[in-house]
Amino acid sequence: MTASQSLTSFFARTDHSAIARWWWTVDRSILVCLLILMVIGVALVTSASPSVANRIGSEHSHFITRHIIFVVPSLLIMIGISILDHLWIRRIGTIVFVGVIFLMVLVPFVGPDIKGAQRWINLGGFSLQPSEFIKPAFAIVSAWLIAHQKKSPDFRGNLLSALIYAFIVFLLMSQPDFGMTTVLTCMFAAQIFMAGLPLRYLFMMGILASVAVVCVYFSFDHVRIRMDKFLNPHGAADTYQVDKSLEAFANGGFFGTGPGQGTVKNTIPDVHADFIFAVSGEELGLMATLALVGAYAFILLRGFGRLMESNDMFVVLAAGGILSMFGLQAFVHMGSSLHLLPTKGMTLPFISYGGSSILAMGFGMGVVLGLTRREARTSIARAGMSLASRLRGK
Amino acid sequence: MSRKSPFSRLSFRIMGEKSDHLNLARGRLVLITAFFMLCYFVVGARLIDATIIQGYLSQQPDAIGVDDQKKQKKSDAQKSGFRADILDRNGVLLATSLKTASLFADSQKILSPVETAKGLVQIFPGLTYGDTLKKLQSGKRFIWIKRNMTPTEQEAVLNLGEPGLVFDYDYHRLYPQGNLLSHMVGYSDVDGNGLAGIERSFNTLLNGSKDPLRLSIDVRLQHILRREVNRAISDFTAVAGAGVIMDVNTGEILAATSLPDFDPNRVTSNPTAPEMFNRVTLGVYEPGSVFKIFTTAALLDLKRTSFAKTYDAINPIREGRFTIKDYHPEKRPLTIPEIFMVSSNIGTAHMAQEVGTGNLKKAFHDFGLMTKPDFEIEEVGSPIIPNPWSEINTLTASYGHGIAVTPLQLVGAVGMIVNGGVRVQPSLVMRDKEGKKSDSGIRVISKETSLKMRQLMRLVVSNGTARKANVAGYNIGGKTGTAQKNVHGRYVADKRMAAFVGAFPMNDPRYVVFVMVDEPNPNKTSYGYATAGWVAAPAVGRVISDMVSILGIHPRRDEVDISEPLKQFIHSVKGEH
Repeated sequence: MTASQSLTSFFARTDHSAIARWWWTVDRSILVCLLILMVIGVALVTSASPSVANRIGSEHSHFITRHIIFVVPSLLIMIGISILDHLWIRRIGTIVFVGVIFLMVLVPFVGPDIKGAQRWINLGGFSLQPSEFIKPAFAIVSAWLIAHQKKSPDFRGNLLSALIYAFIVFLLMSQPDFGMTTVLTCMFAAQIFMAGLPLRYLFMMGILASVAVVCVYFSFDHVRIRMDKFLNPHGAADTYQVDKSLEAFANGGFFGTGPGQGTVKNTIPDVHADFIFAVSGEELGLMATLALVGAYAFILLRGFGRLMESNDMFVVLAAGGILSMFGLQAFVHMGSSLHLLPTKGMTLPFISYGGSSILAMGFGMGVVLGLTRREARTSIARAGMSLASRLRGK
Repeated sequence: MSRKSPFSRLSFRIMGEKSDHLNLARGRLVLITAFFMLCYFVVGARLIDATIIQGYLSQQPDAIGVDDQKKQKKSDAQKSGFRADILDRNGVLLATSLKTASLFADSQKILSPVETAKGLVQIFPGLTYGDTLKKLQSGKRFIWIKRNMTPTEQEAVLNLGEPGLVFDYDYHRLYPQGNLLSHMVGYSDVDGNGLAGIERSFNTLLNGSKDPLRLSIDVRLQHILRREVNRAISDFTAVAGAGVIMDVNTGEILAATSLPDFDPNRVTSNPTAPEMFNRVTLGVYEPGSVFKIFTTAALLDLKRTSFAKTYDAINPIREGRFTIKDYHPEKRPLTIPEIFMVSSNIGTAHMAQEVGTGNLKKAFHDFGLMTKPDFEIEEVGSPIIPNPWSEINTLTASYGHGIAVTPLQLVGAVGMIVNGGVRVQPSLVMRDKEGKKSDSGIRVISKETSLKMRQLMRLVVSNGTARKANVAGYNIGGKTGTAQKNVHGRYVADKRMAAFVGAFPMNDPRYVVFVMVDEPNPNKTSYGYATAGWVAAPAVGRVISDMVSILGIHPRRDEVDISEPLKQFIHSVKGEH
């Protein structure tokens, strides 16, 4: 932590205020990585979005201002949540969960139909996508339920979380939102995997998921087209977006064209959200883009590493679930831009434009930061207590 | 004592009630982490692949494979429509790509549609006010107003000061020589695809390269040839004509014209219109007496026949339902020079009989008359050969009837006969080294036969049917041919094709000049004649007298006429053909 030495001098180690305690206990390297991602995100959206804004007939700074309007509250939410202790995080998670479920039930009735899907709710000039928030909120709730069953085996937490999961999938598929369902499913799978579900059940779930994918493939046209496009890129299907994306990477080369200097990016539809990784490849070049991939990998490595030290099942499941979701979304985004995966409109966490996505990610990573704080004193105290009780027991 | 480690280790050990679950969870966390690291590693590897291996490296000049080069060229061409220039042998521009502005409007940015429409209509009289205004008010983001405007028009548009009017720059194909070379150079469409001539056959190359393509054409000779063919057509109120000048040693076509022609800058006609038809390479015609050159050459090369040998030219030959007659019957036995000079069909047919069908066909084949010739443009016609070839076909083909070839083939064959007997390939693209002898080295006829043929051809100009082609001091030789036109399978008496193929200087020939006039009508100056000697031969004479000054060939008045030794075989001659 020598780099943050000058910063740390704001807070003496003996300072016992909440902020100071937060600063000394939070994982500062993850925090710094997230801040860097946000800054890069603002820069890339600034570079990529004017052509998109121009295409839809808005002024060129349309997406830039909106992005910044969402990034700042997202940062505040993230820090705000990470200050809270575990109990409050669980409470807020539950409140958010209930609120979001309510909004999601409302979406089919009040949400406008955009590009063949009802996912958004208009809130004072901005459209909010409740399903983005359901991912971290559900991670907290299901982690709580599953962890509670470990403590008191009479409580049917596993079953309850599975039922809630099924209900959310029902809500998501009625929008319909195939991508979000996939992410939620993978996150839930990661959680029950961590919770110790025997591998044979996981195997069965995998089969079930494959069957679901096949069903979706045959029942939704746009999904089928995208899958066909991926499986047979040289066929008749239109691979314009991915072709252009790969062209952008090629154009970037080692060191990129320089921020704002890219040309291929202007020709990629929805580049500011679904293909922002290609902008990075074109303008920042291979080196910086590899560093970006490294930053995501580092956040995951560091976050999971912190969880290894945790003794709280709830913390492992909640933070582990959210980290998996974070990692998966980043991987799918980068994979689609590089034609490793079928094109799936998924945002790159903290970098892509997308108000709800940024806010929800801020909330989710706030939870991760809050839960992975080194509660040195409490763990020492708890250890001491359990030691004492054992000694007494003997 | 360190603050952290002993206690955390302690807490691990102590919190027994949860440790089973947590240990399992930790194991699973390791697996999940490993899975993600693998995913990100693959992303990183693919990133290097997409950026460097498939992107950066394949764009480097040393690493360019043929495929990439093609791709690059293709995308270049698609982007800009740029095509390489086409030049004549001296570097004169025949076709070029000019970067021009095209105008489109973004109607959402148009400030005042009414004024803009008014202004545009003033600049481009082709636009109508109502239409333009409607377009400008349509709300569309991209409306073509005018493609490929002139700089003056562009300036006027700029002066309108309208932000919604946007220029797009692309390449426009221009042919500075206009009609001069319309059939050989050809033309291309607005998207830069060659549709005819060199533009079509070299389409990929022209789109892919920036280096100009240099043709063997010399525009100065082309001007002369086109002017004289045009003059022959108008003098004799003919319907069409064609002309070719070829270097006999290299096969390079220095000039080739087919009239009527068209302006490749503004191609509006249907591709089947008469002016679009390439009479030099695509049209096949019965050449008439010009073919006697090949029959005679075949005989002389086959047998050491003496010029003194006579053939019967008194009695018309009757073979089946055909009767072979002479145009101006001499009604006496004729020597070979006489037959050639007065162009006796009967005599030539007898000579062909002496050669024999098989040998004649073989000779014609060697001269390149029997098969579709290779040429740099795609508009090349196949000769019409009698099939099956019977005895009568040998007789008629000997004087150029019942067989049809392209002027290109005729010129090529005559070139071989006069250049010393070596095969040459007519070609439209300039050879690397000027004046380089044909590298084929394939001998078609002996040197001796070539000399004899030159003597005979010279005789035709000095004493025979083509005296009007003579230019003093240049030893021109040649052969006339007047064929009745075959319209819908029937020969029409008053419709003729008059052709003359000349070569000079006959002592050491360098150029073949060919002129053909389609359906010439007699005029006052020709005393009622419309035969090749009156129509085509003088045109060739005029072409040669003009081209020698450009090519710097001095007249040699002191040289002996090579036809002089043949005069002993010439007896009294009545008519001329």
